[in-house]
Amino acid sequence: MIDYQAPLTDMQFVLEHLVGERLAGLAPFAALDRETIGAVLQEAARLVEAEIAPLNAAGDRQGCRLQETAVQTPAGFPAAYQAFVDGGWQGLSLPEVDGGQGLPYLYSHVLMDMLAAANSAFSLYPMLTQSACEALRLHGSEALRDRYLATLTSGRFAGTMCLTEPQAGSDLSLIRTRAEPDGADAAGPAYRLTGTKIFITGGEQDLSENIVHMVLARLPDAPAGVEGISLFLVPKLLPDGERNAVYCRGLEQKMGIHGASTCVMGFEGARGWLVGEANRGLRHMFTMMNLARLAVGSQGLGIAEAAAQRALGYARERLQGRPGKGQRTGETVPIVAHAEVRRMLLRLRTGAEGARMLAYDVAAEVDVARHHADPARREQAAGYVELMTPICKAGLTDIGLANASLAVQVYGGHGYIRDNGVEQLLRDAKINCLYEGTNGIQAIDLVARKLRLADGALPEILFRRVAKAPAEGAFAPLPALLAQAREVTARLQARLAAGEDVTGLAYPYLEGMLRLALAGQWARAQQAAPALAPAQAARKQAAAVFFARTELARARAEFEIAAQDPAECALADPALV
Amino acid sequence: MKVLVGVKRVVDYNVRVQVKPDGSGVATEGVKMSVNPFDEIAIEEALRMKSAGKADEVIAVSIGPQAAQEQLRTALAMGADRAILVETDQTLEPLTVARVFKALVDQEQPGLVILGKQAIDDDAGQTPQMLAALWDRPQATFASKVEIEGESAKVTREVDLGLETIEIDLPAVISADLRLNEPRYVKLPDIMKAKKKPIGTHTLEELGVEIAPALKPVKTEAPQARQGGHKVESVSELVAELKNKGLI
Repeated sequence: MIDYQAPLTDMQFVLEHLVGERLAGLAPFAALDRETIGAVLQEAARLVEAEIAPLNAAGDRQGCRLQETAVQTPAGFPAAYQAFVDGGWQGLSLPEVDGGQGLPYLYSHVLMDMLAAANSAFSLYPMLTQSACEALRLHGSEALRDRYLATLTSGRFAGTMCLTEPQAGSDLSLIRTRAEPDGADAAGPAYRLTGTKIFITGGEQDLSENIVHMVLARLPDAPAGVEGISLFLVPKLLPDGERNAVYCRGLEQKMGIHGASTCVMGFEGARGWLVGEANRGLRHMFTMMNLARLAVGSQGLGIAEAAAQRALGYARERLQGRPGKGQRTGETVPIVAHAEVRRMLLRLRTGAEGARMLAYDVAAEVDVARHHADPARREQAAGYVELMTPICKAGLTDIGLANASLAVQVYGGHGYIRDNGVEQLLRDAKINCLYEGTNGIQAIDLVARKLRLADGALPEILFRRVAKAPAEGAFAPLPALLAQAREVTARLQARLAAGEDVTGLAYPYLEGMLRLALAGQWARAQQAAPALAPAQAARKQAAAVFFARTELARARAEFEIAAQDPAECALADPALV
Repeated sequence: MKVLVGVKRVVDYNVRVQVKPDGSGVATEGVKMSVNPFDEIAIEEALRMKSAGKADEVIAVSIGPQAAQEQLRTALAMGADRAILVETDQTLEPLTVARVFKALVDQEQPGLVILGKQAIDDDAGQTPQMLAALWDRPQATFASKVEIEGESAKVTREVDLGLETIEIDLPAVISADLRLNEPRYVKLPDIMKAKKKPIGTHTLEELGVEIAPALKPVKTEAPQARQGGHKVESVSELVAELKNKGLI
């Protein structure tokens, strides 16, 4: 059985026809030609398909094991991780000065698209390392960067993000882990960290030579709340090779992603160094958390793709029923012959392909925000990324979950059976809606924060882009939807200005904005489709039409819900829920 | 010693191939194309010879459309030193390919030519043998192990009866079988470096090779769908059916 095949044609379609132009104009990527990109994608796909995808089901069953304080990842994971590191993939879009390949940030999302589809649990290890790299690169002292950045960029060392504590989840102001000054060395002032962190992905594993923990903790004189949190780097093995006092004290038994080790970490006087400024740790963490949120969105995309592939494959082979209305005899047909199944399959495919367009679009804007020659264009791109981050994180992970559920549906009762491999997708998909800020937190962020940033100008960046999309054929209602979006947004902003709590209807607003953004992408895809081979162009156009005919109405309904007065929606009183 | 390896652009082995509606061949438009898997094994073998100090230079050769550069880049990213593309949009027969290789052999004077034992598109499996004949040098086909010893090579071949080990004088032609090695994964940094390696191009005219088709494809069609079987009541009925179908 082929576990997963990277959808290179669709990836290349999006890269070339929908986002490619934006990168071509950026100085660092001027020499990057189509051929090289094709080769990079093809070789990434090869490794992922042959070495990482086949470990998915077995890794799910075997899970991780804790022996004393050591964690054993599922069989095959260490070798696959080594192949990933040897191939130089960890550094794909990290800077060349640190030993990376300096490719656009966008490509880290293409890689995540593949990794998460092939093996979501595995995909977490490189993702956390990339986050640790970003935090260290942006905020670490030169001495600390010199010591750890190259080994993290190559993947020889892996990274973790240690934020959550038992009493401090979404509310990080409750963090209690302490950091006491403990002399200094070549890497600067040193500290001893004491406390317990939970839900630490890759906190302990047998994949990398060393593990570099990025830890939020409080200095002795720190003020209470989020303004008293600092960021520290705590390695598992100290520079002299000695074991640091940070240990895995438990492994969580989870609903899914069993191959990812999720650790309770005990910091028991562990030696660490301050990253960035004292008491500004949360802020430092957030520069990188925003990127991590986009990466999680692309994990949703990966699962959406994997679900679509499985369901399509099954529907073309599973023979049930006869063609034609009321027909009782004759050859049985594959279930794809039934329109209700085709509805599910089209929803699966438009889910995955739409998620891909949006994820790549926003990731490309990260590159534009970093490298464009024109400061105004950089600022606009950064604003777009700010606005779209919660929409991508929540929206694309919701699509991943919905697709996984639909794939099980297409399989019918067989989807509920373990050996058929689709129920794992459903279990693995849910975590994406929870970590890196729950999807509810994303909706609140969108409404309460992003609608107010830059004097409320961010949504207009999206609206102007959607306005430029060709509102042709099935997309004729797009301008009306856009007008509705503008109106709802203005209404929410007015309520915010009046000090009202509008977060109770933040989620429907996010759902509406997600579909609006996707509609803009699909309208452009419909126009660009003739660049594909005829059969693929026809399928792309069909998907665009299906999206327009089913999702535009949903977008209107979500905006309609969001436009109501939250005070009249029975949301006000905790006693009444 | 120079080693010349063949790199054919073929429909990827994962693709479910489809016959063109007019029966003129297999549809390749919009289809994922890759290096012929047996050629990958040939490249890998040459690269291992180089890292063992048995070869100085590995040259990847492709004959086909301009797009075959992609497959040559793969060979370069794997570690080949340079590449040659003999550009043509014509359909090629094994004998033409062998003639092109012979012309390149005359130019490059390699100590060894390693080719895949067959290409997974037409499965002809003839080019290595034809090249050896045109070149008038020894051949060792279906190799599963190769040891270079000075001016000769000890080659283990996969034959119908099992394994056969022969010794051949160099220069020679070796054709790679499936078990010869397991090709490496291409490393990302090497893809970037491969951009800077040279690909020389030739035309068939430059090499003095003429396309004179000796074969004429009549038509291409998909294999017939499998017919459902049925149970028989007795051995004699089974024998009768088999006879009836002309199978025994």
